[in-house]
Amino acid sequence: MRKRIRFSAIYQAILLILMYVPIFVVVVYSFNESRNSTVWGGWSLGWYQKLMKNRSLLEALKNSVVLAALSSGAAGIIGTLGAVGMARMNWRSKGAVEYVSTIPIMIPEIILGMVFMAFYAMLGLPFGMVTLVLGHTTFCIPYVYMMVKSSLVGIDKSLGEAAKDLGASERKAFFDITLPLIFPAVVSGMLLAFAMSLDDVVISIFVTGARTNTLPIRIYTQLKSGVTPEINALCTIMLVVTFLLVGLSRILGGIRGGQGKG
Amino acid sequence: MPLYLFTIFFVALPMLYLLALSFLTRAQTWGVVNEFTLDNYLRIADPVYLNTFKESFQMAILTTAGTLLIGYPFGYLMARLPGRAKSLMMLLVVIPFWTSALMRMYGWIIIFRSNGLLDKLLMGLGITDSPLKLLYSYPAVLVGMVYSLLPFMILSVYSSTDKMDWSLVEAARDLGATRGEAFFTVTVKLTLPGILSGVVLVFIPSMGLFFIADILGGGKVMLVGNLIQNQLQSGRDWPFAAALSVVLMIFTSMMIWIYRRASGVRDLEGLL
Repeated sequence: MRKRIRFSAIYQAILLILMYVPIFVVVVYSFNESRNSTVWGGWSLGWYQKLMKNRSLLEALKNSVVLAALSSGAAGIIGTLGAVGMARMNWRSKGAVEYVSTIPIMIPEIILGMVFMAFYAMLGLPFGMVTLVLGHTTFCIPYVYMMVKSSLVGIDKSLGEAAKDLGASERKAFFDITLPLIFPAVVSGMLLAFAMSLDDVVISIFVTGARTNTLPIRIYTQLKSGVTPEINALCTIMLVVTFLLVGLSRILGGIRGGQGKG
Repeated sequence: MPLYLFTIFFVALPMLYLLALSFLTRAQTWGVVNEFTLDNYLRIADPVYLNTFKESFQMAILTTAGTLLIGYPFGYLMARLPGRAKSLMMLLVVIPFWTSALMRMYGWIIIFRSNGLLDKLLMGLGITDSPLKLLYSYPAVLVGMVYSLLPFMILSVYSSTDKMDWSLVEAARDLGATRGEAFFTVTVKLTLPGILSGVVLVFIPSMGLFFIADILGGGKVMLVGNLIQNQLQSGRDWPFAAALSVVLMIFTSMMIWIYRRASGVRDLEGLL
């Protein structure tokens, strides 16, 4: 028995190390003095300083943040209202709408990217920030929707009804009773959506215009042509930001959800 | 109802448009002509493209097999850990998931590249004496795929092992089954839903993850995803790309349908 436990611990440890090595490598090399990633030239913060002066990379970073903020915000509103409305209604088409609205995270991303691109082109939308926000909002909604939906399950429906019996309008009951109760789930879904939008490359590649770059697109093109360690520095910063966002999302989600979902 | 409208307008309509697009004719220079044709689907039967499908298929099967082989024991062992270690382990598995996929691929580039970390390690240990030239090869893409999709498999297996009724395994042991027999006849069967959902969650994306093949394969590995992307961006043949997407989507839906029939579960476990 003892031997078996030791074997399983070793197996798990090795696999975990392998999972973290690629991430670790990128972070460590962001502090590498040398330009060449096959040579270790000693510790340095040089690439972070260079990054601060790289206007086009910073521009891409700004685009990414704006995009993530707009689309997670829009997704927050639509997803929340959707989940609340869906919980109340009892239409026959409910299941179908729910299925279709979660399609964006069920099918391969590339198909979604192609679908958006073709559709926006048909509508004649100008490719750039507008199409990016639309596309990102669409795939962000399911995250908010599912978070809010699962938090609604745990809420006593009679609370809202009581408010209405006491004379509150539908609107007032929503803002005064329901919204405060599901708020942690809304924020947690939005933060997750923000992180997803910030990292998305596949859909962005398809729906962006020639002149609008997001950070992942920049990183992708550089990975294909040739990378400078500034990218390592940028990845490291993004890593920290994503961790903070997802961590916050989980903490908020945990307060209400109780059992954290995988 | 905003979700209703948004869903219809930005999810359902675009999908239908894609379907329609796949039956249209490509214009001589740019764009499409509204002329019905089946050519786009017939073109898929071209040996060159069929071969791409075959290769994608192979890659998806190898990826799925790889994640199952590596992920099953991990998910299984994870479920057997005591309470606090379990949630810690869960967190450790999910964290790489949160990091940018591009960043992780970049990490693999640094490791795999000629004279990179792996070469240095192997040569330092005296296992090989020249660089392996692993980057831009089939194995590199496979490693990237397995690595990226492994958490899906681990979490699926974990969630069904965690719910398993251990008394059944004990019963089998009491009735004289060896440890191995009990595992293969009881445990594997009971965790089958987890295995299935893991297979679906790994198989579907692995057909479409074009950027992994692109970055780690350097153009040497061509998957359906890469083909679609090429047709869209360099080939400018949207109807053909649409037809490819439709075929891929039908394929994906079939997998989900089979999965639902086989397991009787409506939601994919461990999706989020």
